[in-house]
Amino acid sequence: MKRERNTGQDLDNKQKAAVILVVVLLGFGLGFGAAHLLAGYIAYWDIVSGPFLLSLRVTFAAGVIAGIVGTASGYVLAKGRFPGRDLLETIGSLPIILPPTVVGYYLLEVLSPGTSAGGFLTRVTGHVFVYNTSGCIIAAAVAAYPFCLRAARTAIEGVGPLFEQAARTMGLPNWRVALQVTLPLARRGIAAGLTIGFARALGEYGATLMVGGDINGKTRTLSLAILDSFTTPERDTMLLILVLVAIIAMTGVGLLGRSRA
Amino acid sequence: MTPALELAVARQIGEFELDVAFTLESGMSVLFGPSGAGKSLTLALIAGLIRPDVGTIAINGHVVTDCARRTYVTAQKRRIGMVFQDGLLLPHRSALDNVALAVRQASGRRERRAVARSWLERVGAVEFADRRPGSLSGGQRQRVALARGLAGDPALLLLDEPLSALDSEVRHELRKLIRGMIISSRVPAVLVTHDAEEAEELGDVIVAYNHGRVTGTRVVERPEGRGAPPGAPESTGQV
Repeated sequence: MKRERNTGQDLDNKQKAAVILVVVLLGFGLGFGAAHLLAGYIAYWDIVSGPFLLSLRVTFAAGVIAGIVGTASGYVLAKGRFPGRDLLETIGSLPIILPPTVVGYYLLEVLSPGTSAGGFLTRVTGHVFVYNTSGCIIAAAVAAYPFCLRAARTAIEGVGPLFEQAARTMGLPNWRVALQVTLPLARRGIAAGLTIGFARALGEYGATLMVGGDINGKTRTLSLAILDSFTTPERDTMLLILVLVAIIAMTGVGLLGRSRA
Repeated sequence: MTPALELAVARQIGEFELDVAFTLESGMSVLFGPSGAGKSLTLALIAGLIRPDVGTIAINGHVVTDCARRTYVTAQKRRIGMVFQDGLLLPHRSALDNVALAVRQASGRRERRAVARSWLERVGAVEFADRRPGSLSGGQRQRVALARGLAGDPALLLLDEPLSALDSEVRHELRKLIRGMIISSRVPAVLVTHDAEEAEELGDVIVAYNHGRVTGTRVVERPEGRGAPPGAPESTGQV
């Protein structure tokens, strides 16, 4: 008995030692990474900060647009009773399947002032949507949209009709049933789609290149800047920033979905 | 006196055919019968959650469904309260918020929450007003659901087997509460149950169901003289 107890204690000590070792190694790793990032960011401030901040702005704006439009259209597809809903979802999902260059081509067709559709859009809005931040945001939003749409539709369809019926018997109008019952109950699935959408927007490359133009200091996002600086020393800093931002953004959105309210 | 509910409807769902007609007065009316007899379907038709194939429904004299005239008032505008078998409280809202959502007669959020809190007090649930349904017991959830059903000042309260998922001790406790709340609030109510004891204890009038038909109605005699509500129908058929 005594020996067994000792063995158990030894194992406990070994486990503790292993945990401490892992924590120390992780601490070193994270500390080194953070220091490297900080040093790199300071050293290559001029080169890295522009694409980094632009990527943050583009990703945030594109994520919000794709989240709102994707959730709204997912709701319509989930709740609407009209023919062709699956076809509409397939069309909305095309940016997942099509090569980014094809998406970029069609976006240029729609947005470029030189085309009939783009010219009309430019005249109506008084704003040019290509080779500027707007173009980058639209390209990233289009890339993120299918993930938000598909996740929202599945999540909303998964909400049992009984909760919605109960809300209707309470006198809630349909828009309040949607906002206060259906969407909160579907929020985890919607947040999952939003997480992937954010990640996709952050990593968007092909369509952004075509619609944004990769103009240094204007439309060069972090993803584009990494390719441009592939043989330069600031590359590692950019890669690390991109990975870190992706982790933080995805964790944040994921936590939002799991939150209680 | 205007009846609380006048109903004559038919609805076919697959092989099952519901074809019922009855008039109910104030107090508690119980739709009693075996599972699959069409009781809950009748409640859904009254609530406006399902449309009948033919027929009419009037609540407090207001026609809410008339298939011949294509009149159909939506569930939102029928001014009914409904208590479901498992409460169906919104899991992401506190008990107080669940009740406040159903308050129709107040406009401001603070006012709605005050009305909701008073209803939670009346059903003995105010101490868990800030808790979410997931942390409440079945009996506590049904207390909150009862408060929610009554908080909207309904013209008619519908209770769809609200006690069937509870153990017997809690069930007895809640029967007294429901009976007391119906008497004190003076809201006419229709309860669905397949429990004969529950029907006797809660009902002023029992409407017996079988295979989608009404097989009889009976006024429950109460020794304390609070039984038959004014205008209750004569007993008919086997109940």
